[in-house]
Amino acid sequence: MVSAMQTIFSLHKEGRNKYTVPQFGAESYDSIPQHLCRDKLNLVDVSEVDVVRHYRKLSSLNFGVDNGMYPLGSCTMKYNPKVNDVVASLTQFTQQHPATIEELSQGSLQIMYSLQEMLCAITGMKQFTLMPSAGAHGELASVMVIKKYFETKGEKRNIILIPDSAHGTNPASVAMCGFTVKEIPSNSDGDVDIDALRAAIDENVAAMMLTCPNTLGLFDKNIMTIADILHSKGALFYCDGANLNAIVGKVRPADLGFDIMHVNLHKTFSTPHGGGGPGSGPIGVVEKLTSFMPVPVIAKKDNRYYLDYDRPQSIGRVHSYYGNFLVMLRAYTYIVMLGASGLKQVAENAVVNANYLRVKLQKHFNLPYNRICMHEFVINDEGMPDGITTNEIAKRLLDYGFHAPTIYFPLIVHGAMMIEPTETEHKDTLDAFVDTMIAIKNEAHTNPEMLKAAPQTTPVRKVDAVLAARKPVLKWEE
Amino acid sequence: MSFLPNSDEDIRLMCNEIGVNSVEDLFVDIPLQVKNPDIQLPSPLSEQEAFHSILRTANTNKLVCSLVGGGIYNHYVPAVVEHLASRSEFYTAYTPYQPEVSQGTLAAIFEFQTYMCRLTGMDIANASMYDGATALAEAVLMAVRTTKKNKVLCSATVHPHYRQVLATYAWASDVSLEIVPYKNGITDFNELSHIINDTVACVIVQSPNFFGVIEDIEKAAHIAHEHRALCIATFTEAMSLGLLKSPGECGADIACGEGQSFGNYPACGGPLLGILACKKEFMRTIPGRLIGKTVDENAKECYVMTLQTREQHIRRERATSNICTNEGLCALRATIYLSLVGNRLAELARTNHAAASYCMEKLVDLGYERVFDKPFFNEFVIKINNARDIQNKLMDNGFALGIPLEEYYPELSDCLLITATECTTKDDIDTLVKLLQTI
Repeated sequence: MVSAMQTIFSLHKEGRNKYTVPQFGAESYDSIPQHLCRDKLNLVDVSEVDVVRHYRKLSSLNFGVDNGMYPLGSCTMKYNPKVNDVVASLTQFTQQHPATIEELSQGSLQIMYSLQEMLCAITGMKQFTLMPSAGAHGELASVMVIKKYFETKGEKRNIILIPDSAHGTNPASVAMCGFTVKEIPSNSDGDVDIDALRAAIDENVAAMMLTCPNTLGLFDKNIMTIADILHSKGALFYCDGANLNAIVGKVRPADLGFDIMHVNLHKTFSTPHGGGGPGSGPIGVVEKLTSFMPVPVIAKKDNRYYLDYDRPQSIGRVHSYYGNFLVMLRAYTYIVMLGASGLKQVAENAVVNANYLRVKLQKHFNLPYNRICMHEFVINDEGMPDGITTNEIAKRLLDYGFHAPTIYFPLIVHGAMMIEPTETEHKDTLDAFVDTMIAIKNEAHTNPEMLKAAPQTTPVRKVDAVLAARKPVLKWEE
Repeated sequence: MSFLPNSDEDIRLMCNEIGVNSVEDLFVDIPLQVKNPDIQLPSPLSEQEAFHSILRTANTNKLVCSLVGGGIYNHYVPAVVEHLASRSEFYTAYTPYQPEVSQGTLAAIFEFQTYMCRLTGMDIANASMYDGATALAEAVLMAVRTTKKNKVLCSATVHPHYRQVLATYAWASDVSLEIVPYKNGITDFNELSHIINDTVACVIVQSPNFFGVIEDIEKAAHIAHEHRALCIATFTEAMSLGLLKSPGECGADIACGEGQSFGNYPACGGPLLGILACKKEFMRTIPGRLIGKTVDENAKECYVMTLQTREQHIRRERATSNICTNEGLCALRATIYLSLVGNRLAELARTNHAAASYCMEKLVDLGYERVFDKPFFNEFVIKINNARDIQNKLMDNGFALGIPLEEYYPELSDCLLITATECTTKDDIDTLVKLLQTI
């Protein structure tokens, strides 16, 4: 049993802080007028030992990939190779100022340039930019590129099509760029309903955003037909690359007819998720969209790398500097180690792991879309005894030492559990997960109270989210 | 190198269970004509080979004594920050969707939100944004939503990159953006008073501004409020918050900016740490994750993501923003940093100011012109004839001196924005001065 949650503020005691600030004769430089200065600062007064013990303790309350299987669907919680972090902590990289990158950091630019080229090779796109800081940021930049493309062509198109299975970031990114979302239903196979698409498409449609494979973990069988339908009306086809892990090395999105896409370096390319960032969401485009990419573009001339701002049709700048370089560096290290053959095996192992789990679990749980899946699949709580729900199953999994799957998403499956094992788990772990799921199902029959009371072995018990929203306390106060 | 733990036998057994002959049979839905392309990448390397290859590339980067800031700052990162933030329970976790196994991340972000409120003088701070520039862009969209007005006035002394990012977002969202000129290194408030009218959603000022000069946020807020517009105070140097009056005290409605200075590296410009804080009346329009205090079943205090109905995964196209991932690990680093440095941040800020003041005095003594004679924090503008040449010569001698301003402000030719921090020593500056006398 862990004692009550403590914040750093409860350790505050005046006089404890012995942090020593280097002096620079500060007293002789007091040229800032008093009226511009604050009266006092009210951070905390704690010792270094307090700080170390406090955050070490907090870390012990967390569950990460290094703690155990983390089958959080669509998030690709794979193992993060440690060498990535060693590389990203080299002073030669961490101490470089972005304003002098051309003069002093040719090595950094070389890595960014190479990573762009590698992502082009992997996806078949003509050009990549690494500027966006996250998947959603990449989506936003991409929708801006789409907007600029049609603006430049003098075409007024105000609709973007999105399947009903899409991530919430898709419609939100679209809305931020002034487009209207038109939702396209999925058919009974979990693919885009082609008839509905044909009915929706006209010259007002700028693009369709599709996650590939989709959020049900399925590879849309009609994907090239969808591309043809869109292209026949002059619309663009956007690939949400959140699920690229399933197809990396197996197929290039550009070959499927996609015109523009984002990839999540923190998913497919193994960079750590950091408790919610920093991520990195590079975007890639086909030839006709290259001139609209955000500035600067990392370019190379006469064996020197430079920042190209001379892009008159660009959407403009989307980041303070050039994106999350230390994240790129990790992804670069990963790709360099794996090569094309290694990446292909990543997809193959991710897919075989997911299908193995699917086949084992569908004997015990409802599988709404019963077909070969890619890197993930969706089951739900239909048919569970005693009204046991997805949330209770998820919480019980925590008791057994697994992270929960993504739950209640995609929205088109009632009580969805989206399970993505990733390629870095082996069969024994998958078997243990299956056994646990079966055990939970049995508990639902024999001891449903156990599920309703879950989790019981975690640092805190079931958290009251309703109270948090009803009476928001968003900072620590005495 | 491979991180695949399955043995060939594992794969065979799994394929049997699935009922396929080979793994390839699982990729049946991918059109045959485009499947298994020939992808041209360098041959795979062992960890050791990869490390040494990248190390060789790293060594082509040059480390110099840098007096460059202008948005990214070279501050010392205490060992404790690196050590604690490297705990993999923190960095290999994701967004805390399951609060019962994420209290570490949640409690730390709750502390972060508290620190940001205290430093900015605001009531609410979110769990972080991508960087200072996008935090500003999101703050502006928030002001537009709140006021239901569509015109934005931004001071010319705001970091040029921030203005560029804002222009990109404003174009995409159909928001009209106008730049307020500067005079003598600060926002021209007379001009602002002339331009502003009741159709303006917000006024943006940065302090210390891009020239390093401390701006009068109170005045900006006063002018904005007279026209029912919000005042957004932005900053690129969070260290200044340790010393200067907070944006909240000055009457700003939203404070936003860059927090890299707290425990994060310059790192060629990323990852960074966007900060966004506001008064409590804007609680339901703020974008991004918010962590709130609550209790568990046993009435034990704990933390959880809250007010999620603002967010994209619930509200989709009607969300306050599309933001999903924030910069969690950078926020954790900032939190550990602020816990360690504590109230000595004020002293640290004074050391920054002292280093910059000493540097400024020495350069003026050499006969260079101080361009704006105004109170500054740790950056200032100096005019040096043939600035580019001198910069290049200094670089050959191990110094990076300042950012040329001409690119952003054509009228400021030969002007350099020079920055000193606690990492700049007297020796560094004295050596620089000697070099300047000889080259």
